[in-house]
Amino acid sequence: MAAIEVHDLCRQYKVYRKREGLWGALRGVFRREYEIVSAVRNVSFQIESGEMVAFLGPNGAGKTTTLKLLSGLVVPTSGTATVLGHVPWLRENLYRRRFSLVTGQKEQLWWDLPAQESFRLHQEIYRIPPADYAQRLGQLTELLDVVRLLSRPVRELSLGERMRMELIAALLHRPEVLFLDEPTIGLDVVSQRRVQDFLRTWQQEHGITVILTSHYMKDVEALCRRAVIINAGQVIHDGPLAAILDRFSRHKIVELQFSDNRIPNDLARYGRLLETRAARVRLQVEKQRVSAVLAGILDQHSVDDISVLERPLEDVIAELFVVAGDASKAGGS
Amino acid sequence: MSAAETTLVEEARARLRLKWLVLRTAIDERLAYRADFAFSTFVRFLPIVTQIFLWVAIFQNDPERQMQGYRFADMVAYYLLAMLARAFSSMPGLSTGIAGSIADGSIRKYLIQPVDMLDHLFWHRVAHKLVYYVVAAGPFALVFWLCRGWFPGWPAWPVTAAFVASLLMGFVIGFLIEAWIGLVAFWFLEVSSLIFIYMMLSYFLSGHMIPLEWLSGWIPGVEWLPFRHLAWTPAAIMLGKIAPDDLPQELAVEFAWIIALLLINRWTFQRGVRRYCSYGG
Repeated sequence: MAAIEVHDLCRQYKVYRKREGLWGALRGVFRREYEIVSAVRNVSFQIESGEMVAFLGPNGAGKTTTLKLLSGLVVPTSGTATVLGHVPWLRENLYRRRFSLVTGQKEQLWWDLPAQESFRLHQEIYRIPPADYAQRLGQLTELLDVVRLLSRPVRELSLGERMRMELIAALLHRPEVLFLDEPTIGLDVVSQRRVQDFLRTWQQEHGITVILTSHYMKDVEALCRRAVIINAGQVIHDGPLAAILDRFSRHKIVELQFSDNRIPNDLARYGRLLETRAARVRLQVEKQRVSAVLAGILDQHSVDDISVLERPLEDVIAELFVVAGDASKAGGS
Repeated sequence: MSAAETTLVEEARARLRLKWLVLRTAIDERLAYRADFAFSTFVRFLPIVTQIFLWVAIFQNDPERQMQGYRFADMVAYYLLAMLARAFSSMPGLSTGIAGSIADGSIRKYLIQPVDMLDHLFWHRVAHKLVYYVVAAGPFALVFWLCRGWFPGWPAWPVTAAFVASLLMGFVIGFLIEAWIGLVAFWFLEVSSLIFIYMMLSYFLSGHMIPLEWLSGWIPGVEWLPFRHLAWTPAAIMLGKIAPDDLPQELAVEFAWIIALLLINRWTFQRGVRRYCSYGG
């Protein structure tokens, strides 16, 4: 059953276009010029109950705006969407009790008070029975390893600790849908890993539906099997994460270990030389040329070890964003 | 009790529990910065003292001279009572806080959680005021005791009750006006000029600076504006400037303003949220 259904969702913003310099500022006082910016353009997708889907795209692609639309924070210019059968922007209390939005900013916690005071308030806001509250708080604080921090004012917590507290605040009422907007932004590697592990465990245990936006491909690879890629407000890919490599990666990586610690000097003709270390080389080779390149190298040189690898997802996505960005500029001009 | 009635009672109880907890948590939060709070409370008393010196200077040649029905003693008593009323009706930081949260996106917690933002902020403000009164009660009592000779004495209890009701309604009116100015930020992100205009207008039109009787000849219709309930009405009730027979009407008008401002706030919030862009990440 679909938990989230989105059809032709559009959101436009009217943005003041300021002319450069003092004269432009003075003109702006008397005559303002606006332009219409489409943050989200005809976005459609469907997410099944219990799925964890990554929303990928460069900055300004429309990911966060889509999450804001689904959270009911902004009203669309056109299109429809339902989450758990509710129209988000009607902001019914019934709906607001069934989802959570977590962003990388301070959101739900009272800055000057210990997090436990905010959690207590959440208990009343979401009407969580006392026994359930105690059990859930115990479980969440244990899983996220923050029991000892509960009575410390939020302003005195580190970014990673605060993010874990935000997650607790977001999950205390057991939302069925969770929107995560860059949940690991600014966190160190240890904190990132901890948040990833927690999210994976929690999602598997409770079968909640999750949309995750993140610029860290490690988050995405660790948590999601499906990815929706948005660029310039439009969906350009919706499918398995693994399919992104098949569809958008035109290259593979060939790693070679040459015998006698000798690196041949004619490797550039096979592909792009990415790295050389001692007698070890990494080459980027066009997919359809891999067999020919391997045959050629083995024929000409003495090789101890060979591996053929997929390019890191991060590189493929980055390349995809650049290509899509150029295409959208060309289309728009 | 039917199932529907039970549900209604449970709903009412849950709402009351939430209000109480917001109040308690906000009090807790207010006490986090004790030194700053105590200092700001003390600093707010300085203008009261300087204003009294100003009236001493104005009336020093003839304290019994009447200016539009006010002798020197009446003037000091009026001023102190108006200041007491302003301690209820002024809402420092409310408009800028709401406008700031709209501009930087932090208002979103009120939009995604099943809470009523205005109700939440109201109880937050009640907490703010309660802590303020506890801290300010001593200095206020001292100033009133030192100036006790200039007061006409305690009025009859119905007048005192009307005075208290007027103070409380002044608090609500002050809250609703400043909350509304904050909500205007849904349309104009920067509302500091609007706040400045409001502060200036309310200084004159509330009777904070001088009694409103002095202005009624200059500004027609000043008695029909809500600002007078922010300072003048409580002081005028306590000093007998409003006849006891007119008190129910005065309070009814004040209550009507509360209803009107509440509706304006609700309407503005609903419309504002529809055009909200949720900037700030």
